[in-house]
Amino acid sequence: MHLEVANLSKEFTTKEGNVSALKNVNLHIETGEFVCTVGASGSGKSTLLRLIAGLDYPTSGKITVDQVPVIGPGRDRGMVFQRYTLYPWLNVAKNVEFGLKLQGIPKAQRRERVSYYLDVVGLTQFRKNLPKALSGGMKQRVAIARALACEPKILLMDEPFGALDVQTKESMQQFLLEVWRRTGTTILMITHDVEEAVFLSQRIYVLTARPGTVKQEFQINLPENEQGARSYHVKTLSDFQRYREKITQLLRDSTVEQEVMVG
Amino acid sequence: MANVSVDNNQSQGLPPTIFWRIAEDIPQLLQWGLMAISIIIPFFLWWLLASFGTVEDVFLPSPPQVAEAFGHLWQQGHLIQDTAASFLRVVGGFVFAAAVSIPLGIAMGTFASIRALFEPIVGIIRYMPAAAFVPLLIIYLGIGEAPKIALIFIGTLFFNTLMIMDAVKFVPKELIETTYTLGGKRWQVLFQVITPYVVPNIIDAFRINMATSWNLVIVAELVAAEQGLGKRILLAQKFLKTDEIFACLIVLGLIGFLIDLSLRLLFRVWCRWAIK
Repeated sequence: MHLEVANLSKEFTTKEGNVSALKNVNLHIETGEFVCTVGASGSGKSTLLRLIAGLDYPTSGKITVDQVPVIGPGRDRGMVFQRYTLYPWLNVAKNVEFGLKLQGIPKAQRRERVSYYLDVVGLTQFRKNLPKALSGGMKQRVAIARALACEPKILLMDEPFGALDVQTKESMQQFLLEVWRRTGTTILMITHDVEEAVFLSQRIYVLTARPGTVKQEFQINLPENEQGARSYHVKTLSDFQRYREKITQLLRDSTVEQEVMVG
Repeated sequence: MANVSVDNNQSQGLPPTIFWRIAEDIPQLLQWGLMAISIIIPFFLWWLLASFGTVEDVFLPSPPQVAEAFGHLWQQGHLIQDTAASFLRVVGGFVFAAAVSIPLGIAMGTFASIRALFEPIVGIIRYMPAAAFVPLLIIYLGIGEAPKIALIFIGTLFFNTLMIMDAVKFVPKELIETTYTLGGKRWQVLFQVITPYVVPNIIDAFRINMATSWNLVIVAELVAAEQGLGKRILLAQKFLKTDEIFACLIVLGLIGFLIDLSLRLLFRVWCRWAIK
């Protein structure tokens, strides 16, 4: 898998004229990577993800997955949103199965994959529950399982834990790393939470606002356990703190610049 | 003034209440009690007015007289026939209207193009009172069942359609987009995401518009009919049998209420997921 974003720009037309949401964004993601894009609000980071997902169209520039240009949404790019993610009339197992059904995958194979991914996200015992009976964290687990069940080339996540409380968020981050290690899925996640990005990523793209553009790329080198995933103690390391401060500073500077410009 | 200051000293914040709680449940016992009162007091007032008031029996029959008239109508077989006639007309017109308004409403809610194509015309026609179509329908379709069913069709089609269309607008965009990223095609989004999502709203729209079709069937029958509760009321008026009119009105109310209850039951069974 090779995702390439080249000179990507996106303008929105509003009553006040054209607003540039993204300008000349360049990035790439390779097989099995976990990459985060961090940016302040207004940095166009959600727009970037939507463009990659094919849910919106760029003004100029190019997105390719394995050399094939993206022209619309497809099952090779799974997506997890922050909210309203589950089909409320379907139980957990049927939510996970939904994408497979859409694609016309035979029943036996569907059942196998559903039970595998329910196990991956640890929701086997809740398979018969309706979404309304689940907590926010559990709902996101179902959404992740549903996206993974389609076995996409890359999983796109738009602030998936943004609506969760701090405790749930932390356990979901740990959970996501375990899922990533176990399934080997390539992940591109958007977040405004620098700590989250540093903890999860192998690489980080820092996006600055108005117009959103890649300010800097960070390679995150933090120790991993023998299974190849990080655990919580990395947050106490001085390296972790340094990454966090650097990126936070970068975002703060760009926010100040922007406010000075507006003021 | 003194009272106010005492009040301020003794309590902080909103004083508690049971009856006037906003957006909260009241105790079950109180609820059932109030619901009983809602029926019993009007009934009791009616009885009181009919028995001791100065209104003549011919104009305001008492509950026992109405019960008697009800018995009459029942024994003669009129009541069953009339009720069945009216009911079938309502069901007929409503089923036709549903068969058009469900696909049309969903299509209008889903596709801005279809909405642009139909919304202006629907918006105009729905302000034409359905009852005003009666003469035209009689000219076109005669005085049989067809004009009555057509009237109910016209009277419920547009509101059903617009209510279903509005419901589609509340389908979260994320849900539709997620479906695309799961490999869904547009027709799959239409039939497997949007349609199931609005089923509860469709049932709700039906509950509300059912009342309209009950109104219209009586209007149609008042104009021309062999049978039906509206026809029965018209006949009773000719002979000044107000007791029969009252009996028919109560039957109308009860049947409407029963239809409403059964639609609510359908909601509970089919849309368990949508119950808070």
